[in-house]
Amino acid sequence: MAKKNYAFYPGCSSQKGASASNFVTSIGMMCDKLDIQLNEIPDWNCCGASIGYGEGGELPRLALNARNLALAEKNLPGQDLVSGCPACWLSTRETAERLHQHSDLMAETNVALKEAGLSFKGGVKARHMVEVLIEDVGFAGMKAQVVKPLEGLKIAGYVGCQTNRPFGIAGESFENPMYLDKMIETVGAEAVSYDQKVTCCGGALAFSEPEKSQKQIRDIVESAYDNGAEMIVTPCQLCQANVEIYQSEINKKHGTKLAMPVMYYSQLMTVAYGGNSKQAGLDGNIIHSQKLRDIAAK
Amino acid sequence: MSNQNQQAVARYHNNFLREVEERVEDGDWVKMCMQCGVCAGSCPLGSAWEHTPQKIFMMIRAGKRDEVLKSDAMWMCTSCYNCIVRCPRKLPITHIMHGLANYAHRLDMAPKGQPTRVIAKLFWDNLVKTGRVNELKFSLAMYFKDGFVQGIKNAMAMQSAGLSLVKAKRLNPMEIIGGHKCKDSSGIKKMIARAREIEDRKKGFTS
Repeated sequence: MAKKNYAFYPGCSSQKGASASNFVTSIGMMCDKLDIQLNEIPDWNCCGASIGYGEGGELPRLALNARNLALAEKNLPGQDLVSGCPACWLSTRETAERLHQHSDLMAETNVALKEAGLSFKGGVKARHMVEVLIEDVGFAGMKAQVVKPLEGLKIAGYVGCQTNRPFGIAGESFENPMYLDKMIETVGAEAVSYDQKVTCCGGALAFSEPEKSQKQIRDIVESAYDNGAEMIVTPCQLCQANVEIYQSEINKKHGTKLAMPVMYYSQLMTVAYGGNSKQAGLDGNIIHSQKLRDIAAK
Repeated sequence: MSNQNQQAVARYHNNFLREVEERVEDGDWVKMCMQCGVCAGSCPLGSAWEHTPQKIFMMIRAGKRDEVLKSDAMWMCTSCYNCIVRCPRKLPITHIMHGLANYAHRLDMAPKGQPTRVIAKLFWDNLVKTGRVNELKFSLAMYFKDGFVQGIKNAMAMQSAGLSLVKAKRLNPMEIIGGHKCKDSSGIKKMIARAREIEDRKKGFTS
């Protein structure tokens, strides 16, 4: 099968030695197996993320994102821009849509872009990695590569916010999206039903409002436990980091014993596709899943 | 900055709704709010807000300029977008709250030392330097935002989490000396400065 080519926007957290570096590790083998060719956008920059608005204002944020779109348009013509990070995807897609809808913003953005030697015509679509998997590969395509079904593993699919809102995945509901559960089942695991699937982890406010965010995180993890999950799986880098890292803080403050592994869907897929621990980026987790490691070592 | 605020007051007199419509991102949507309260009930940090979006929108229409701009409400937004997808009148509530936060910050009316306001500025300044966020420098800047002594306390409190991230190769101590950056970081700086200049001119800010 011919490789499908995409202009890849990794985002800051996916760089080497950054908080989601194991995410990028884990998509390598998954993409290989599914004939997805990711071509990194040369010299991409930060999207501004969820709190860029405070200091950034509108046009500077549009310019930041338009620079990535312009670089993709120029260097990787005809390819959709794909990001694995919901915040990167959201910012880029929002920019592409706003510039498309408002010709004045497009003109002003291009004046700013000229300072960086670029221009954007508007011909790039911004997509999330999960959209590529569902729409371009399909569930049957994802299932076809499974050689080690993750049998007996009970998983809480945690969609979170920005993969789900405001854009979401086409055809899915905002309140109870089903695609992540389907992906979990596609790799042979069991998706448990629980009530915190689309709850916010606190996002960037995990830093500025730790008590309030940790209450959110505790609710998510406890609900996963209460419904028999052995692991939480998410498509979001910030959800992954917040929900994994702060469990030990919650334990210290409240005497709880939370130790729920929080993984990316791509880690599950890589293990199910026959990848080892290293290929699946399992060494990048702070809370380990022995079951997943055992399957990977089989 | 307070000068900016005086100029805004002089320019719009008591018409705060018009001021918001002209100067706040997506502010022209505010008048569409029908006060149903779905946003208030959908916010994950709803109980922590001084004012819900519903209240903020009514306060804007009632001309309560100081109360709105000084509110900590906009700074409690986690950007979860629950309000945006549930609003029956399709107001881009998240964007309006972000826009109000940015405007209150520009006029220096936003609460001093409000933690999210502080980290939002740290984050932006961090990314503008090289075009990419340096997570280590950002974390350290956050720990030390309330001074050196508090910074050491904060860093010690998060020491075990930090060390486990280093061990998992998800936090690189070497990022302190340089780290990831864009090749054209100078072009990015110029681009952002130009964008800000255009926006300021369009919205009637004088520098």
